[in-house]
Amino acid sequence: MSKLLDQSYEAVMARKGEIMRKAIGIDYAVFEFGKLGFDYEGMMGSVAYSLEETSRIQRATGVGNTPLLELRQLTDLARRVAPQGKGARIFVKDEAANPSGSFKARRAALSVYEAKKRGYAGVIAATSGNYGAAVASQAAMLGIPCLIVQEAFDSRGQGQPEIIEKSRACEAYGAEVLQLSVGPELFYIFLQLLEETGFFNASLYTPFGIAGVETLGYELVEQTRQLTGKDPDAVVITHAGGGNVTGTARGLEKAGCSAQIIGASIDLKGLHMASDQAFNRKSFTTGHTGFGIPFAVWPDRSDVPRNAARPLRYLDRYITVTQGDAFYITEALAQLEGLERGPAGNTSLAAAFALAQEMGEDEVIVVQETEYTGAGKHPQAQLTFAKENGIEVRRGDPRESIPGKSIIIPTHPAQIQIKDIELDHIRLSYLKNVVGEIPYASLLEKDREYLAAETRWSQARIQTALNVKKESTQ
Amino acid sequence: MSSDHKSSLQEHVVSGDWVEIWNVIMESGKRAPQVPEDTQKVPLEMRLRGFLVNDKARLGEIVSVRTRIGRVVEGKLVSLHPRYSHSFGEPQKVLLDIGQELRTFLKKGRVGDE
Repeated sequence: MSKLLDQSYEAVMARKGEIMRKAIGIDYAVFEFGKLGFDYEGMMGSVAYSLEETSRIQRATGVGNTPLLELRQLTDLARRVAPQGKGARIFVKDEAANPSGSFKARRAALSVYEAKKRGYAGVIAATSGNYGAAVASQAAMLGIPCLIVQEAFDSRGQGQPEIIEKSRACEAYGAEVLQLSVGPELFYIFLQLLEETGFFNASLYTPFGIAGVETLGYELVEQTRQLTGKDPDAVVITHAGGGNVTGTARGLEKAGCSAQIIGASIDLKGLHMASDQAFNRKSFTTGHTGFGIPFAVWPDRSDVPRNAARPLRYLDRYITVTQGDAFYITEALAQLEGLERGPAGNTSLAAAFALAQEMGEDEVIVVQETEYTGAGKHPQAQLTFAKENGIEVRRGDPRESIPGKSIIIPTHPAQIQIKDIELDHIRLSYLKNVVGEIPYASLLEKDREYLAAETRWSQARIQTALNVKKESTQ
Repeated sequence: MSSDHKSSLQEHVVSGDWVEIWNVIMESGKRAPQVPEDTQKVPLEMRLRGFLVNDKARLGEIVSVRTRIGRVVEGKLVSLHPRYSHSFGEPQKVLLDIGQELRTFLKKGRVGDE
C-alpha cells in the first residue's frame, strides 16, 4: 500500500506527523497548549505506567533490580589524591546485569510491552547504541519481530567497532539490522520503514522510554539507604539524549531523595555529528556532548513530537570528562574492582571519581550505570581503531587532548578532572530555540509557566534574558 | 578485510545462504539540505544481511534477500557469508601499565616516578 505513496525525501518528511501518530499511538496534540507549551506531567501521568506497574513489567522479563556495588578501591584512590578529609564513598549501579547488558533494557521493556499489548505487528527503533540490543532482546522475549536502523559506517565502508558490535548483538537476538552510512537522512529511511511495516516506534523519547528509567533512580535510593543508612548526596548520570538523566531524576524524586543530579558527557567539542569524515574519529558513540548539548538545548528535535526527556528540568550540574579519562577509569575499574565494563557507560564513573574529591568522606556519590563490554566496545579495540584512523594516542595530561585529533590517557589519577558546562548558557540557547521569533509579551501565562518549569528560571529572568538576546542580535 | 577473503573467493551462493546486500539510497549531491559539506559529497548507502532468495547468485549481481523478520529487499550482492570482524584490538601499552601503577600507588601512596 505504501508503495503507492511518493517515496521522495520531501514527500516522506511531509508525512512525518501522520506516520508518527500511527507508529506511536499517542496524540500529542491533546497535551499541547498556548503558543509553545505542553503539559509534560500530564503526558507522563496519562501515557506511561506508574512506578509499580513499570517495575512489574520489567521484572517479568528479568529487567532491573541490579546490584549497587561499593567501589572501595576507587574510593581509597580518590581519597589519596583529594584534599584532607575529602573523598566521598563511590557506589555504582551495575546496570550491565540487565538481560541485554545495559540500563537500556529498562526503556525497551516498556516500549515492547506496549507494542505487544496494543497489537502492533512488531517494533522498530533507530539507534546505533545499546538501545538496539535492548529492544531486540525484549522483542525476542515477547515474541514479536524487531527491526533496528543504525548509522553504522562511513563512506569508506568502515564501521565504528562499537556500533558493529551492536549490530551483532541485535542479530543475535533475532532482529533485522539495517545499516546506513553517516547522515541525518536516517530519519527519512526510518519513516519509510514505519510506513512499510506498520511497526511500533520504540523511540527512546516516548513517555515509555523515560518512565522505564524511573525504576533505576528509585532502586538506587532504596539500595543506598540499605547499604549506608542514608540517601545519596550526589548521583552522576551519563548524559546523551537526556532520557537517562530525566528518568533517573524522576525516580529519585519518587523515592523522596533530593540528591544533587549531575550529568556527565564525554567532551567531543568540534566534531560534527553528521560529518562523514568525523564519524570514525571519535571513540565514544554515545554519552558525549555531540548528543548531550543539542538534546538539552532543543529536546523536541527527537523522533517524537514532544520529547519526554527534558534534562534541563532536572540537572543541577553538567560536566564533561575526556575520552582518555573514561578509558583510564575503565581500566582502573577492571584492575582494582574486578569489574570489566564498557567504556561509554563509565563516563559518569570518571566524573564521579573527580567529583568525590570535592565531597566529604562521610558523603555518598552514586554512579547510576555500567554497560557490558565486548569485542568492539572495549578500550583496547577503540584505541586500536583510533590509531588506525590517525588519532594520536599517548599518556599525559588529558586536558591537552583535542577530540578527533588526540586521546591522552592520564599518567596519574589526579589528572582526571571535570569541566563544568554552564547550564545557564544551555538554558538561554533552549529559550532561543523554543521561543524563536515569538514576542514574549504575546505568550500566554501557561506558556510562561511552562518555560519557567523547563528552565528552572523565574519568569522575570526569562523575560530579561530574551529581551537582552533580542537587543544584542539587532 | 582478510577475514572475508576466503568467502569472497567462493564461486557463488545458493538460495537460503546468508549474504549481505548494498544499495545507494541517496546520490551524492542530492542529500538532505542540512547535511554538512563533506557528507553531501558522498552517497547515503545501506547494507543489509539476510537469506538469499534467488536460486543462485554471484558477487556484484542484483539479488533479493529475506531478512530475519521476513522482509524481502533487493540490492547488490557484496558479501557471501558475511562475518563480523570487529575484535578486541591490539594490546595498548597506554592501558596495560595502569593496573600495576594503581596497585603500587595504593600500597605506597604514590604513583609513577614521583
